[in-house]
Amino acid sequence: MRAADPFVPSLFRVERVSRETADTITLALSPTQGTPPAFLPGQFFMLYAFGIGEIPVSVSGLSGEGPLLHTIRAVGPVSQALCQLEAGDVLGARGPYGSPWPLAQAAGSDLLLIAGGLGLAPIRSALLPALAERERYGRIALLCGARSPEGLPFGPEIGRWRSQPDLQVEVTVDHASPAWRGSVGVVPSRIPYARFAPERATAFVCGPEVMMRFTALALLGAGVAAERIFLSLERNMKCAFAVCGRCQMGPTFVCRDGPVFPYSRIARLLSLREI
Amino acid sequence: MPGQAPTAGEAIIDREGLQALLDALSARGFSVIGPRVRDEAIVYEAVREVADLPEGWTDRQDGGHYRLERRKDRALFGYAVGPHSWKRFLFPPQQRLWRAQRTGAGFAILEEAPPLDRWAFLGVRACELRALAIQDRVFLGGSHPDRSYAERRRGLFIVALQCGEPSGTCFCVSMEAGPKAASGFDLALTELLSPGSHRFLVEVGSPAGEEILGAIPHRPAGAADRREADALLASTASRMGRSLDTRGIRELLQDHPEHPRWQEVAARCLACANCTMVCPTCFCSTVEDHTTLTGEGAERTRLWDSCFTLDFSYLHGGSVRKEIRSRYRQWMTHKLSTWFDQFGSSGCVGCGRCITWCPVGIDLTEEARAIRASLPEPTHA
Repeated sequence: MRAADPFVPSLFRVERVSRETADTITLALSPTQGTPPAFLPGQFFMLYAFGIGEIPVSVSGLSGEGPLLHTIRAVGPVSQALCQLEAGDVLGARGPYGSPWPLAQAAGSDLLLIAGGLGLAPIRSALLPALAERERYGRIALLCGARSPEGLPFGPEIGRWRSQPDLQVEVTVDHASPAWRGSVGVVPSRIPYARFAPERATAFVCGPEVMMRFTALALLGAGVAAERIFLSLERNMKCAFAVCGRCQMGPTFVCRDGPVFPYSRIARLLSLREI
Repeated sequence: MPGQAPTAGEAIIDREGLQALLDALSARGFSVIGPRVRDEAIVYEAVREVADLPEGWTDRQDGGHYRLERRKDRALFGYAVGPHSWKRFLFPPQQRLWRAQRTGAGFAILEEAPPLDRWAFLGVRACELRALAIQDRVFLGGSHPDRSYAERRRGLFIVALQCGEPSGTCFCVSMEAGPKAASGFDLALTELLSPGSHRFLVEVGSPAGEEILGAIPHRPAGAADRREADALLASTASRMGRSLDTRGIRELLQDHPEHPRWQEVAARCLACANCTMVCPTCFCSTVEDHTTLTGEGAERTRLWDSCFTLDFSYLHGGSVRKEIRSRYRQWMTHKLSTWFDQFGSSGCVGCGRCITWCPVGIDLTEEARAIRASLPEPTHA
């Protein structure tokens, strides 16, 4: 019996496409054979568009609840091809890979979920299971931001989350439009408005690297321990299992040791330019 | 196959015995890959006859310098290492990973067939055996073993060579990777040349090696043969062209990412990626996707890549390592330092290829020395 080839993807069919923003969609994927693979929140898959290429994409849904959800912004050739898929189309996917959000470790503590832009997709994969087992956590706050109101993914869902009594939602944008009634400013500026006990809070952060750096510093300033701040990083990846070498950041492989890291482990690396 | 300690009972074969060894390997279905002269360098290619080997040639090497020269004797393995390393056979420079074919509503993936060739490597030096062991850990030691590497590696027969000719850029002694090959081979040869006598001391490293030795003409080795082989290895160890102080080198490099020396070396480095291409342990790769003209077929190809390219660290918005300073720092820090964190050993075997084939002669032993020398002693225990 020949061993499995770790580079060969499985085939998935697009069940539906949901538009999030002008350049962002969510794909609901079901395997052409068998049941959807189990995964943990914060993990990622490598998605393959026929003839174009493969990119890492975080999961944005719940494991074991229907199709696999991936939220994708059209920024490069592969993500553009994936964003053009329609219901019924087939793509390749392999995974899951990488370290998850440590939800079990966060049980019993206040949970701060902090997202910038499309970072809300992997953050959503932590929020949904936290809400499904709401009693396991103390207070939960979702802080999210985008460059503009139109750039916020999961808009209708954010509206529903806002009306949930046991979830605090703070939304901010860098540049407001005339209709925007919410706050304006960068995401870390909302941390003072979040209700949490710093000594027993756990924070999950995902967004552009510069946003995560400043958010981590603001959280440290607010009294959250570096060991309880988790960031999800992004690097160029071709394999997802530490043999292509591209995602190295110092001694770590982001694909294998991350993408979710405790800030205490990577703070020094993040402070170095071009590491 | 390789892995067991050498058994007692060393043998002696002559040039005819070496031809018999090539024939015996061929008869058992192995394609023998060994050293040959091509394009004014000694490279690894298919060899059938002793006459294919680089008889009477040696290589003179220094930073940015490689020349073949005639030897005064008829040595077959009287050179050090050339631009090729054995990784090109187990981890090919360009390799199709799989193909895909459009079907009615979607597409199907067509996997690659197992490799047909079973290779016998002839003339693998201790530094190169260490490099193989290092790449084994990279490709096979993780959660997702690389199937094509595993399949190519599995059938391999290794004829090692106890090194008698280090080059001007060698420092395997510093890396504790040579010059003696102690294990990881099926057979190991020591080329013994004296006036009127050209013979090889053969050590057996595996049952497969023992079987092959039994099938070729040989005689038992004597104590004098062993003494001569030991003297040769001792001489090799004393003639290293370079040295590297490895004490605390993991911390030395990881603790000084902002050292001004990185900027100095960047002023000389062309970011040409030669060092990574010739390195026997560098494993980084990229993939390319192609479609047929009709768009019905697609394929993925894996190619050697290098941390010296801008594309290597590209994310939307730009490359993480834009400056050559950052790319050289990544390469050397990975090779000599973070490799320990990732794979439990150094990524360097001291073969010197990166020094020789650097067009401007950058020498990582010199770079490490400069960083160490600039720091107050004793920084690192």
